[in-house]
This record gives sequence, structure tokens and C-alpha cells, in this order.
Amino acid sequence: MHEITLCQNAVELMQEFGQQNRAQRITAVWVEVGAFSCVEPEAFRFCFELACRETLAEGCELHLETPAAESWCYDCQQDIRLLSPGVLLCPQCGGRHVRVIADDGMKIKRIEIE
Amino acid sequence: MCSTCGCASGETRIEGVSNEHSHHSHDTSYHSHEYSHGLPFAPRRLIDIEMDVLAKNNHIAAHNREHFAQASILALNLVSSPGSGKTTLLTHTLTRLAPHSDCAVVEGDQQTTNDADRIRATGVPAIQVNTGKGCHLDAQMVHDALHQLAPKNNSLLFIENVGNLVCPASFDLGERHKVAVLSVTEGEDKPLKYPHMFAASRLMILNKIDLLPYVTFDVDTCIANARQVNPEIEVIQLSATTGEGMDQWLAWLEQQRCA
Repeated sequence: MHEITLCQNAVELMQEFGQQNRAQRITAVWVEVGAFSCVEPEAFRFCFELACRETLAEGCELHLETPAAESWCYDCQQDIRLLSPGVLLCPQCGGRHVRVIADDGMKIKRIEIE
Repeated sequence: MCSTCGCASGETRIEGVSNEHSHHSHDTSYHSHEYSHGLPFAPRRLIDIEMDVLAKNNHIAAHNREHFAQASILALNLVSSPGSGKTTLLTHTLTRLAPHSDCAVVEGDQQTTNDADRIRATGVPAIQVNTGKGCHLDAQMVHDALHQLAPKNNSLLFIENVGNLVCPASFDLGERHKVAVLSVTEGEDKPLKYPHMFAASRLMILNKIDLLPYVTFDVDTCIANARQVNPEIEVIQLSATTGEGMDQWLAWLEQQRCA
């Protein structure tokens, strides 16, 4: 449900940068959703289109990048990918001694303007 | 609801603050005439941004946190599902704490000032924030509420978030810790169902333990589930109604104040 707030914040940021760069239109945006971010990409996609209406970014193309839940297992001494961000468990050895590397934020990487 | 974007922020109400649309702006200057007459084939270019979507919230949260540090205020963000007993826990906590410590409360709910009224009945100052359709408190709301509330130096500030185990996990308010309240009338698998909240919390309070004989709630399983998503989480079992375990909670608060 908070995806709508996130979309509004995202569009606000995009507009700010668009205006600074004298854009007439924002045609595309690349957004990275961290594996630990508790953002549902589908819900975000749904709200995003609404949030863009009547702004510089109306109709812009949304590229959502969702990197895997990268982590480090101290027991295996190697990089691992958690099966689910919710469970801190090494899929190799079943150990709990895991450090999360994946991001819990949501980042606007770049925009395309014209 | 805000008629410009359809968002619910226009319904946010903070007691004592006029209801202006403060926490985001609808800048429509780009709709102006000069911008709409550009070149017919404007070239496209890429602008690198690399900014967190919640940068603005995080910035205000950092400002709140700085203020709390300067004034030696211990701010805690209480999160849970609706009905876990946060307000009852707070009123009982304040009854014990208020005689010898300064306390203040920010109450978050979609509607009504019922919770703030319950807190004020204990003699402790409270401000109600109504989020309208919003599902969480954000750093700006807490910032505005603090200006009304003006908590004293060396005090304890409890921020009771909107009852919701999802969204409040993402919004930093500037608090020292999140405290998740889970009552035994809920399922012991809640930490697994809503992992982000329990991963973000420093302490889990298992509330209403006086009801354990009447429900099928396995305390050990619940704690194991919570530690699965957050191996560091501390757990206190208590009943706000009977007072069992309250001493441990008050001791935890004291420990945090000294930390």
C-alpha cells in the first residue's frame, strides 16, 4: 500500500532532475528495488503510471531492476544468495551466520529526458 | 484526498497544526506555456541520478535523530498490527514512568484522537497524527508533531505508529529503535509472514501473556521465528493488563536511556 507514496517520492525526484536539466519530457526511468526493500515490484509498476499522470514523466517507460538477495556466509566463507529475504539462512550449509549485502532501499538510477 | 494527485496526504491531520498540504508539493510550473513549445525533435539524453527514493524522508529522519541526540531524548517507534495492545501497554508504562521521568507520546492512526485522549488521561502530553488514508507515519509528520509537542530534554518519546506490520518498516522516523509488539492472540508465525518489520526491530514485546492458557500460541516457536528473520532481536514477554513482565520492560527502557 505504501508503494503509492514511494511512487510520488520517485516522481518528485525525477521532476526535480528533469526541470534542472530543462527537460520537456521524461521518457524513461531506471529504478533499482533492493532485495530487502519490502517493495512489491508489481504494485510499484501499477502505482507508477498513476503517479506520473499530468507530470513531466507522463507515459514514461519504467525499467525496474530487482537484484538478487546477495549475502555473505561466514561459515562457508563465500558469497551466497538467500532463497528468501525474510529468512537469514545460508542455502549451502544451513547456517545462520550470514551478513546481508543486498540493499534495503529503492534507488532511481537514471532518467532519459528530451 | 488531494485533488491534484489523488494521494491521501491532504487528509493528514496533526493536532494543533493547520491542515496545509505540507509534506509534498505539487509543482506545476512545468505545465507553463514556455515549456510546452520546445523543439519538435528534441534529442533524448540520460541523466544519472543514483538517489534513494526515500532520500527526502531519510533526510528529515536524520534531522529528527540529530535533534533527539542533542536533547538526550530516547525516541522509540512502536510498531504492530492493529489490536496488539500498544496503547494499553503505553498507558500502563506511562503510569509507572511519568512520576519520575518526563515522557511524551506521538500517536499515529488513520482517524480519531481516541488514543491520544487515552494517553493524555495519564497526564502525559500527547499529539495525535491522523494519516487519513496513509498507512504509516513518515519523518515529516513526526517532525511537525514534535514542534507542537516540544518534548523536554532527557525525556522519553514514544511514537505509536499506525497499526500495520508492512509499511512502517520502510519509513525511518529518526527513532533510536523500533519496538515490535506482538500479542499472543495473533499467530506465532507473524514474524515469518511480516519479516521486514521484525528484521527492522530491536525488541519484540510478546504482549497479553495472561491469555496464554486460552489460546494455542507457542511462545518458543514464535521467538524462534523472530530470530530466524533477526538473530539479534531481544524479546520481552509481558501482560500490560496484569503487570507481569512490566519490570523487565521498564528495565530495558532504563538501559536504553543510559546507553
